[in-house]
Amino acid sequence: MLVLMIPGALALLLFFYIPIFGNVIAFQDYQPYYTISEAPFVGLTKFVELFQDDRFGLALRNTLIYAAFQLVLFFPLPILLALIVDSMMSQRLRKAFQSIVYLPHFLSWVLVIALFQQMLGGAGLINQAMVRSGLDPIPFMTNSDSFALLIVAEVAWKDAGWGMIIFLAALASIDQSLYESAASDGAGRFRRTWHITLPGMRPVIVLLLILNLGSILTVGFEQFILQRDAVGADTAEVLDTYSYYTGVIGGDWSIGAAAGLAKGIVGTILILLANKVAHLLGEDGIYRGRPQ
Amino acid sequence: MTARTAPSSTSRSLPLHQRIWRFAFGPSTRPAWMEKPSAPLAIAKTVVIATISLAVIVPMLVVVSTSFASGEQIRDAGGYVLFPTDPTLEAYRTIFSSPLVFRSLGVSVFVTAVGTLLALFVTICMAYALSRPVLGGKFMLMAIILTLFFSPGLIPMFLMIKQLGLLNSIWSLILPGAFAGFNFIVMRSFFMGIPTELTEAARIDGASDFRILRTVVLPLSKAVIAVIGLFYAVGFWNSFFNAMLYINDQTLWPVQMILRSYVIQGTSLTADQLGVQQAPPPQSIKMAVVVVALAPIVLVYPFLQKYFSKGVITGAIKG
Repeated sequence: MLVLMIPGALALLLFFYIPIFGNVIAFQDYQPYYTISEAPFVGLTKFVELFQDDRFGLALRNTLIYAAFQLVLFFPLPILLALIVDSMMSQRLRKAFQSIVYLPHFLSWVLVIALFQQMLGGAGLINQAMVRSGLDPIPFMTNSDSFALLIVAEVAWKDAGWGMIIFLAALASIDQSLYESAASDGAGRFRRTWHITLPGMRPVIVLLLILNLGSILTVGFEQFILQRDAVGADTAEVLDTYSYYTGVIGGDWSIGAAAGLAKGIVGTILILLANKVAHLLGEDGIYRGRPQ
Repeated sequence: MTARTAPSSTSRSLPLHQRIWRFAFGPSTRPAWMEKPSAPLAIAKTVVIATISLAVIVPMLVVVSTSFASGEQIRDAGGYVLFPTDPTLEAYRTIFSSPLVFRSLGVSVFVTAVGTLLALFVTICMAYALSRPVLGGKFMLMAIILTLFFSPGLIPMFLMIKQLGLLNSIWSLILPGAFAGFNFIVMRSFFMGIPTELTEAARIDGASDFRILRTVVLPLSKAVIAVIGLFYAVGFWNSFFNAMLYINDQTLWPVQMILRSYVIQGTSLTADQLGVQQAPPPQSIKMAVVVVALAPIVLVYPFLQKYFSKGVITGAIKG
């Protein structure tokens, strides 16, 4: 048995636990010609430098803005989609629809952005059609003011369908006889949705909301790095790209690591806080308050 | 998903449009107590469903069609073609004769094949070991669950890969992806569902752990292995960021990097990279590159889909 655990343990050690301790360079003045044990410790200096960097402030602000847009505009979509699918009475149609909307989840971000560019880009399908019918083209892909909406649209196209799976599972677990008795008591379609369906989905919705709040500082790395050239570095700068461009590209390894570590710590605190709030509101949250 | 029972009405008594509907989409499963939607609601729902479906399908369809269209038709149509009148494989012939694209396909296929096999091996071994009571099992399980909520961060990962001497090596695209906590959990919860009587009987007959895994557990787990294998394969095929971080050498680029540089950034492949004197119009070549990255996913998708419906994944999540 123990032998069977060796390959996995090795993978965890090499690509998770040792790198976690590699974060120690955030407290050092690390340079590539040092080994980690040789680099001089500088305490929290790098964090002070980090918080004084305007670029970091910009990345933080952008991250929060994009996360807020995703939370408000994207989060309800899988729930709505699940309600639509649940209302489809033909099993064959329902299966076909599910097959279609799950597919984009399996496409890479590179592919999703490439497809969006072909449809919405300056020379893309929609702008071509608009120019031909005498309208001015709209720079969907390169306008930095509407970038937040573009981000949400891409996330929605890719993952709204996939995100619905967990809500469908929640819907399937609602007792059908509740609907039947509500209907015989004269509750219409919308009252049943409001009084039975939504309360039935509440634990799952709360759970996902917590997870989303916990990952509010992670807004999708590849999506931003891929569109950096199109909308400009100032618009597409988020915490993860800051870490990459400062550390790997800029050579400020310690500051890059400090940014990553600060993000990780705040993210953990956020997820614990959100879970606490859920407990206070009487929900299960991610883990139950008391072990069973 | 739900066990709704179909109302018992014979198709003969139905009006024509409902009979056509039933022929196309199968019987409705509307329970007896549920009212039919009003006409405006039904129309609104149909429009929403159709719009969403088209929004997913049309972009892929346009790209595939354009990749088969002739240069003139693309020029006349202004860049995009929905129905190629004169289908041609010219664009594909060009990209497959381009050393850069061809090599990148080789890299992606190698990474996907080797990566998936390795990841399945690692995940199966770990999941089987932890599906039984074992010394240190609780600790190991906790150590794996933590990986779901945290990430070491980009800079330490980069330094680790550098320390291991994997920069600019194809293994930097494979090894970090060899174990995924989520896939492990799905696999483990499936193994835990295998009755212990089966494994214990083999043990009493003197079989070793490895032999039990090979001859008892694996034959029972084909479905879950297939779906986890497909998950890993899709992940390896799609992975772009690792290549961007760890690979500088263009000859080691996977397809996703080519897609990025050629389609998104609009860098043109030079005649030298294409390996031909005269290239067909770049638009169809671009589309062909997109299709090459897209096709494997769409081809394995029906198999992936088959296993969702069996509830392998959702069952594991809920459990």
